[in-house]
Amino acid sequence: MPDVTKAQTTDAAAVDAIAPPAVDAPGKESTQKSEKPRSLWGDAWYDLRHRPMFWISSVLLVLLLVIAAFPGMFTSVDPRDGDLVHHYLGKPELGHFFQPDWFGYDQQGRSIYSRVIHGTRASILVGVCVTAAVTLLGGLLGMLAGYFGGWIDSVISRIVDIFFGLPFLLGTMVVLNAFTERKVYVVILALAFLGWTSIARVMRSSVITAKQADYVTAARALGAGTTRILFRHVMPNAVAPTIVVATIALGGYISAEATLSFLGLGLSDPTISWGIDISEGSKVIRDNPHTLLFPAGMLSLTVFAFIMLGDAVRDALDPKLR
Amino acid sequence: MTTIDKTRNVPEPRGAAEGDVPLLEVRDLHVEFHTRDGVAKAVNGVNYTVSSGETLAVLGESGSGKSVTAQAIMGILDMPPGRIPKGQILYRGEDMLTMSNDARRKVRGRKIAMIFQDALSALNPVLSVGYQLGEMFRVHQGLSKKDAKAKAIELMDRVKIPAAKERVGDYPHQFSGGMRQRIMIAMALALEPDLIIADEPTTALDVTVQAQVMDLLAELQREYNMGLILITHDLGVVADVADKIAVMYAGRIVETAPVHELYKRPAHPYTKGLLESIPRLDQKGQDLYAIKGLPPNLTRIPSGCAFNPRCPQAQDICRTDVPLLHPVTERDGGELPGRGSACHFWKETIHG
Amino acid sequence: MGRYAARRLLQMIPIFIGTTLLIFLMVHILPGDPVRAIYGDKAPDPAQIAQIKREYGFDKPVLEQYFHYMLNLLKGDFGSNLAGRPVADLMAEAFPVTLRLTLLAITIEIIIGVGLGAWAGLRAGKAADTGVLVFTLTVISIPVFVLGFIARFIFADELGWLPPNVQDSTSYSQLFLPAFVLAMLSMAYVARLTRTTFAENLRADYIRTALAKGLPRRRIIGVHLLRNSLIPVVTFVGTDVGGFIGGAVITEGIFNIQGVGNLLYRAIQTSEGSTVTGVVTVLVLVILLINLLIDLLYAVLDPRIRYA
Repeated sequence: MPDVTKAQTTDAAAVDAIAPPAVDAPGKESTQKSEKPRSLWGDAWYDLRHRPMFWISSVLLVLLLVIAAFPGMFTSVDPRDGDLVHHYLGKPELGHFFQPDWFGYDQQGRSIYSRVIHGTRASILVGVCVTAAVTLLGGLLGMLAGYFGGWIDSVISRIVDIFFGLPFLLGTMVVLNAFTERKVYVVILALAFLGWTSIARVMRSSVITAKQADYVTAARALGAGTTRILFRHVMPNAVAPTIVVATIALGGYISAEATLSFLGLGLSDPTISWGIDISEGSKVIRDNPHTLLFPAGMLSLTVFAFIMLGDAVRDALDPKLR
Repeated sequence: MTTIDKTRNVPEPRGAAEGDVPLLEVRDLHVEFHTRDGVAKAVNGVNYTVSSGETLAVLGESGSGKSVTAQAIMGILDMPPGRIPKGQILYRGEDMLTMSNDARRKVRGRKIAMIFQDALSALNPVLSVGYQLGEMFRVHQGLSKKDAKAKAIELMDRVKIPAAKERVGDYPHQFSGGMRQRIMIAMALALEPDLIIADEPTTALDVTVQAQVMDLLAELQREYNMGLILITHDLGVVADVADKIAVMYAGRIVETAPVHELYKRPAHPYTKGLLESIPRLDQKGQDLYAIKGLPPNLTRIPSGCAFNPRCPQAQDICRTDVPLLHPVTERDGGELPGRGSACHFWKETIHG
Repeated sequence: MGRYAARRLLQMIPIFIGTTLLIFLMVHILPGDPVRAIYGDKAPDPAQIAQIKREYGFDKPVLEQYFHYMLNLLKGDFGSNLAGRPVADLMAEAFPVTLRLTLLAITIEIIIGVGLGAWAGLRAGKAADTGVLVFTLTVISIPVFVLGFIARFIFADELGWLPPNVQDSTSYSQLFLPAFVLAMLSMAYVARLTRTTFAENLRADYIRTALAKGLPRRRIIGVHLLRNSLIPVVTFVGTDVGGFIGGAVITEGIFNIQGVGNLLYRAIQTSEGSTVTGVVTVLVLVILLINLLIDLLYAVLDPRIRYA
């Protein structure tokens, strides 16, 4: 059958290729510099730079990381210092920026502003560490299962199924209840112990997809070894969905830590945590909503920033949504 | 599989005699897409007409604008990003671009129907084919579910799907590629439209099945005296069924001609290149000709003639002046009806 | 279809055994002594402790305990808590309450989630879409317990529309606010998922075909788009049941509902191993059965995987 051109793409595909992103407004400027097709990551980066959501979340996250690392820069008041005589449930002074009474005082006369600032570290630490642990463990197991298949896949997948059958929050509650003093690392381990399965599932399915791609077949036909195929060809293409899921999950872990602390099963008292403060505040919410609203607002803002970042990256990486 | 040299009596275009108003007339149609990389000019002033019982083949590479034109006619262009800044699409003399949405919807499917290339993705995977065929009757003619199903079976019989009665409840994925394409044809045919637009109807099929499907389409077209726009990049398909051909390049029609005229004497270097790039048995052992270069980027169409960077005959004028569609004549000035070429050097190409 | 269901059912047995064993091990191996917990701060008599441990079989190896537990379970015996009440009785009181709460929540989740998502998906890139996106992001960012307190504060304490505590757990109007709080998070996910599948399927070839057939917009959306877009949503709702149980612990605590969540929370805090194991075992069973149901429903919605 005579083909008019060597190009096998159909017209429909050509129309698709020139159809712009549906999500944001058509870009006014064009990339005049090169005719080179953009790579997945290059394309995603271009897309990201034009999303306000990406910038809002990035700025928020950088700010939160700085607060977590250097809380002393933002307040000089000791978050554990309470003055029941003068400050018992003192109302917030919204005009007093960065002052100890900015967000008011709690039932023990402690500065809520200072507690909110100092509580950042525990939340961020839990979120980042759990995500790192889960990504390493789940990512590795998911990759092994997806790439090698066969009995390795069967064993790993069944283990994932078993852990998946247990509701996440219930499982961590049972684990954490066994510890009387719950430091940050205990909470991290408990969350990671039950949290790795979702990453493993995502990694497994994206590795299976990447493995079947034509360029992997081609690499194998050219005699590339297993390690090379795995790390040069499969990994870079399978890692994108994992990153997205991990970023969004990070927000979820921070939220889970606060929930557990609220239930009295998360971090315990010497550690300063938004969850504990929200739990305390909820007892006097009727007359003193500020005791709950400020730590809760800070918590939500942090989770919001991570989820929004994950969202923006996902949209940028997914050409289907363009 | 090339059947170009086959000589056969070309049926005279029947529509011309019918009246002054052609079935469909596209006038100076422009379509552009607003993309991240700028404005892609997909269609840049296309003109063509189709009459009842006539088959127009639109030929071109990917991105030549042939499918976009068809989608504009059907009114199924994604807008935005697509935009029609200029042009008219006249159905029996009435401009469809200025019609109300509802009036336009009533033309779609009932008067002008479309057959898509990939029947597997063009049919809804979760609805039975009987439902999808019957839907035409239920929506446009208000038939009951039961009557619509009977009509669907009748249609499946007409496009020669074996055991239509048993298979009416089956889903698209349960049919073979050829059978699926027959279902697409049946769907287009359902309300006996005046015009069918077939967008690469056989590209996704096996060679043997391609012929069957094309024959069926041609047979049904004769039976109902419909107009047919056949969009393809396959010169072999065209030769057997088309009456006239329009060759498109970078959103413009570069050559028009009655089908066999074009094969015998192309009047545009692009058409010539296409014909020479077909493998032929009598040239066994020789290198196959290929048009050098790539189709242009639609956001940066070359100035002058869009084909000039790839054209072996290009001169300075080709880089500055856009050639219009000149009427093509014999060497002695004798008229060649229906022929036109958008090349500054059409004379050299056809007679040289 | 029958064979497919039977095969899926068989595949569930090892997962059921594995998950129950996991929770059993977690309850019994981890530090924390339930018997000592009864005595609180008082120093108990070691002989007495040994006696109780023998009674409950805590002195035997864990795997043997698990085996006995499963054996009793097959006879319908979930054991009893340390106060001597059969765990089965406790669950019989709590489960109907949580069932009502969750069903109401799932209904709210689907109606509002699919509605919002469809609305946004059809307007991808427009202001309505951005609005829904920001709304869902906000809902996802606010932890359920914060949402619960705020909702209770506004609707019960400030406005007085609803009682702050649920007194009658059979009254759907009293359960509405807790169910709404419970549904919020999943509702936001359903809305996002629906929005994405709607926007994606809107560009599918078969939608273009439906358009070319001259179908009215209502029919294209209601028949061609909806059916295809609901498939992933149904899957999500099914896999999310586990999340609902976690949410129920919190919601039931905030609104003082005597359901499974509350029962479980108290059992975990007092290290009531037999109650925790019993409740979780039933929950795992429920989750697995719902997954089976979703699989079958999936096959009904998507003919391509039938009899697979």
